Amino acid sequence: MAPDLGPYLAIAVFLVVAGMISLLMVMASFVLAPRAPDPEKNSAYECGFAAFSDARSKFDVRFYLVAILFIIFDLEVAFLFPWAVALGGLGVFGLVSMLVFLGVLTVGFIYEWKSGALEWE
Amino acid sequence: MELFANPAPILTALAFWVLSGVLVGSALAVVLARAPVHSVLFLILCFFNAAGLFLLLGAEFLAMILVVVYVGAVAVLFLFVVMMLDMELVALREGFLRHLPLGALLALVLLAELILTAIGWHAAQDLRFVSATVATAVPFAEVGAEVSNIKMLGAVLYDDYFLLFQASGLVLLVAMIGAIVLTHRTRPGVRRQEIAEQVLRPAEARIHANNPPIGGGVDWDV
Repeated sequence: MAPDLGPYLAIAVFLVVAGMISLLMVMASFVLAPRAPDPEKNSAYECGFAAFSDARSKFDVRFYLVAILFIIFDLEVAFLFPWAVALGGLGVFGLVSMLVFLGVLTVGFIYEWKSGALEWE
Repeated sequence: MELFANPAPILTALAFWVLSGVLVGSALAVVLARAPVHSVLFLILCFFNAAGLFLLLGAEFLAMILVVVYVGAVAVLFLFVVMMLDMELVALREGFLRHLPLGALLALVLLAELILTAIGWHAAQDLRFVSATVATAVPFAEVGAEVSNIKMLGAVLYDDYFLLFQASGLVLLVAMIGAIVLTHRTRPGVRRQEIAEQVLRPAEARIHANNPPIGGGVDWDV
């Protein structure tokens, strides 16, 4: 067992300190700031116009397309990491294997480019 | 037993309990949160804690991929999907009891699979298989502390599992094309600058020298 977790101790310390600082800031503003709640302060006149519609408006589907294309290339890059590390011991077959993989995805990339999915209009 | 071999066993155990506790808690919050956006945010917390658990297992590469791919991309996609859907919060609660049996059945199947895995894991350890398939099932930290697990992954993924690797490439291709076919619409009537066309246009097409007679017009065709 015993994976060497020593380097990650710094990250753990960082996370704890970051959490404590953010908690401290929230609590400080809660404790120190003067509070005089008044229903008038939340009323529509004080804050601006009365709402025209629900804030829960629908997003354009194009955001979804961009996000899913990003995921696909993100995964492609994720496959490249172990390959790059291990390529020294893989030989020609490993190289060809990755080139085929990249070739398949390049077909998709060309389709994507030509169909205009990357353009926002 | 395994913990005693660790240089800082208490820290590791503490980290395990904190991570898995927050993981289970935030997983519950994903289901119970009222607003779908809050569910997605709790899901991101889940991903982070699972990455921490992977780190404790010694699967560093998986932990990093979980953060990069799931937190960085999948969670963002979920956020987009949640924001795209026109949801009414009351309507979300309606089908709860109706779908409860199906959900419970799925949860039971998953639980059974987990138990089977645990049993099979112990059986495999007792038998001490040295075959390649079981070697990959052994935790990375046990196989070789001197070789990083990303290196071991790379050593088998592109060679021994060539076909599976290429199949994953095809799956990505299908996902890419499917997403484009389903969601991409070219809007008619959008004016777009075609730089190549502009540059390639010959000078004769742009410049007209005309000498119109007095009182006459110019024939103009582009």
